Amino acid sequence: MKKTVCAIEMRGITKRFGGVVANDGVDLRLCRGEILSLLGENGSGKTTLMNMLAGIYFPDEGEILVEGRPVSIRSPKDAFANGIGMIHQHYKLVDVFTATENIVLGLEEGRLDMKAANEKVRAICEKYGFEIDPTQKIYNMSVSQKQTVEIVKVLYRGAEILILDEPTAVLTPQETDKLFAVLRAMRADGKAIVIITHKLHEVMALSDRVAVLRKGKYIGAVSTGETSPQALTDMMVGHSVTLNIDRPRFDKPVKRLEVKNLTCLDAEGVKKLDSVSFTAMGGEILGVAGIAGSGQRELLEAVSGLYPVAEGDILYSPEGGQSESLRGKTPMQIRKAGVAMAFVPEDRLGMGLAGSMGMTGNMMLRSWRRGKSAFVNRRDPNELALKIWKELEVVTPSTEFPVRRMSGGNVQKVLVGREIASAPSVLMAAYAVRGLDINTSYTIYDLLTRQKMKGAAVIYVGEDLDVLLELCDRILVLCGGRVSGVVDARSATKEQIGLMMTRLGGEER
Amino acid sequence: MSNFFDLFIALIVAAVTYGTPLLFGTLGEVLTEKSGSLNLGVEGIMFMGGAVGLGSVFYYEKAAGAGTSGLAAVAIGIVCAFLAGAFASLLFSFLTITLRANQNVTGLALAIFGTGVGQFLGEYMRVSEGGYISISSGLAAFFQSPPFPAFLRRIPVVGNVLFGHSAFFYLGVLTAVGMHWYLNRTRSGLYLRSVGESPATADAAGINVTRYKYLAAVIGGGVSAIGGMVYIMTIAGCVWNHEGLSGEGWLAVALVIFCLWRPLSAIWGSVLFGALMILYLRLALPFVPTQLYKILPYVVTVAVLIVSSMRNNKEKQPPASLGLSYFREDR
Repeated sequence: MKKTVCAIEMRGITKRFGGVVANDGVDLRLCRGEILSLLGENGSGKTTLMNMLAGIYFPDEGEILVEGRPVSIRSPKDAFANGIGMIHQHYKLVDVFTATENIVLGLEEGRLDMKAANEKVRAICEKYGFEIDPTQKIYNMSVSQKQTVEIVKVLYRGAEILILDEPTAVLTPQETDKLFAVLRAMRADGKAIVIITHKLHEVMALSDRVAVLRKGKYIGAVSTGETSPQALTDMMVGHSVTLNIDRPRFDKPVKRLEVKNLTCLDAEGVKKLDSVSFTAMGGEILGVAGIAGSGQRELLEAVSGLYPVAEGDILYSPEGGQSESLRGKTPMQIRKAGVAMAFVPEDRLGMGLAGSMGMTGNMMLRSWRRGKSAFVNRRDPNELALKIWKELEVVTPSTEFPVRRMSGGNVQKVLVGREIASAPSVLMAAYAVRGLDINTSYTIYDLLTRQKMKGAAVIYVGEDLDVLLELCDRILVLCGGRVSGVVDARSATKEQIGLMMTRLGGEER
Repeated sequence: MSNFFDLFIALIVAAVTYGTPLLFGTLGEVLTEKSGSLNLGVEGIMFMGGAVGLGSVFYYEKAAGAGTSGLAAVAIGIVCAFLAGAFASLLFSFLTITLRANQNVTGLALAIFGTGVGQFLGEYMRVSEGGYISISSGLAAFFQSPPFPAFLRRIPVVGNVLFGHSAFFYLGVLTAVGMHWYLNRTRSGLYLRSVGESPATADAAGINVTRYKYLAAVIGGGVSAIGGMVYIMTIAGCVWNHEGLSGEGWLAVALVIFCLWRPLSAIWGSVLFGALMILYLRLALPFVPTQLYKILPYVVTVAVLIVSSMRNNKEKQPPASLGLSYFREDR
């Protein structure tokens, strides 16, 4: 890698939000023609730091130099003027506008000429191999197309410095590969790129250098070629964490949930699940693997009563009780029976938490029904909130601080922590570690294992095969809504599961 | 048969008369709402516009005496009403945009405040002038009669329907067309819509959200206030009575929803609402209480809301951030 002029230099940047210090004297350098990975745990201040380059926030202390000149970036406009463009994690697009209308937002090019703008967008798309229709409305687009619009938007403005905040979090592996190809092409073009990510293998595959933040402080930067995932993890968390998940065996697994020939149709009548059968045992973690959209979500929702079942049955055997069918029961009845679901959606606040309430208030969303008197009980939820705060190391000034204003990973800890606290006999967790840093992920794995050792049947939908293989006892592999097979996680290999995910049964054709 | 036809023509002309103040009120509110601010104070704004508009024309005529120019009087009425509405909206904007107060509460407060100010001004003028203030009938005719030569109105069938309205209706149509063009064809209009849809997006794109919201609300308030002036000068007969505007401001808020935030739809929408407002006078059925007639515009609005919500068409929804205040560093 050739060292050239410093595209960006940040010196002693400090930013505070109320009582929380998000960035504490951070120094960062970025050169042209390089891809820099910004790595750090959740809430370590990566996004905040980059938002100060994009003009969303203004630093309380410190200075920013672009191409050696000190600059003051007070608004996104200033950022564009300095050639900085940021692709936010949550896309900033207007749904009812076309791609081009979104792209030209904020530009001062005189009279509005949509035709010329459409042509210019098409030219950029051709140059880098993007596939979007400039006249398509955003609400008709897939997530990956929206991201493309965001990138084109930045390129349209002639940005030389691109910042991408967790760009691969919502992409399929194929889309990720495409994105990386584009980023490499831009690097070759002499652009400077910062990518914020949690996925270490992406860091290793894509970037030239890695800068690490920990709790708002700058830890250091290393060349990707001279480091390893283990070394990076150590830098991030500050102490060495074992990458091995503890997997004890439960003595007497008992049948807890039996799904028989479950078939579900979506609104268009397409089969989302096609005669899925499996059993989940108490004292066992059943992993669910599959390419995104293979029916994982529908499976969990069908079991918890949120998704209509077309055919088949779901039998639930509570501890020491008669087995009963869950089909046709309301979500409330199913939850009462002891089947809990911690589904972590893309939008963490959208499902399960009330953004403007504090941790205590959110705990009460589950507990208020237990109350007998006319008044709600605040003491128990508050104790639970304090417990989660301490055990999961949630970064927040108090349990009354609105969860909406916590960082994404902390919000997730609150959500998962609450679901686990209800001590269910069947616990379903989907993408419970999505967007979480490694340390927190392991806390969550540990929590799931503890539930298992208490005799609960845990169903865990995960994205990372390595984790599934280390965490689960058995793994159910889905392929296009059908069961491709169930394997023993202690003996199966990643390749075997990978094959099963793409082909039914995993056999060679 | 001919009698029925004449009745129908008369209904249309009357509907336009009652719809014209509504048209201004609605257009102003459309502009405001397109920027994401829900200003429920239209009634108050129109009240202030009505009182200030009437007062300005009255004192102008008093000062100018015989040299009174009809055109100048109309211009003074429009400008003064606009300024009154712009001032009221400036208050609203300062409270909701700068201080981020709740828009619903502020809007309702403004409705009450504006009604009070309008009544106060009207009463003050009446008391200080020692009687009802009213402009001369010659000048009043200038406000109320059509701006076209009389022979155009004698064209059979369409004459009165097309050319029989006050100048304000045509001005309102021009405003609607201009606003449609502005919102959909100009860069600034695109930016304004983006502010109303997603201020965070607009902000990230370098658009000055605060400026757009202020300007849209202030200009929108001014346009709404012209509607109040038009009501006093045409329907109320250039006299300040205690009736005020008989709730036209509230109807304007409903009409914005009815026309799905589209200025061009506001033209026929306001005429339709005007017709619904006077139906009890023109097509009175003895066994139906007038109160039932008077709720018709609201019933139609609710029906439109139901239909447009059921269709779930993304293009027919309110601006996505309508009613929400924006603070850049809020997460």
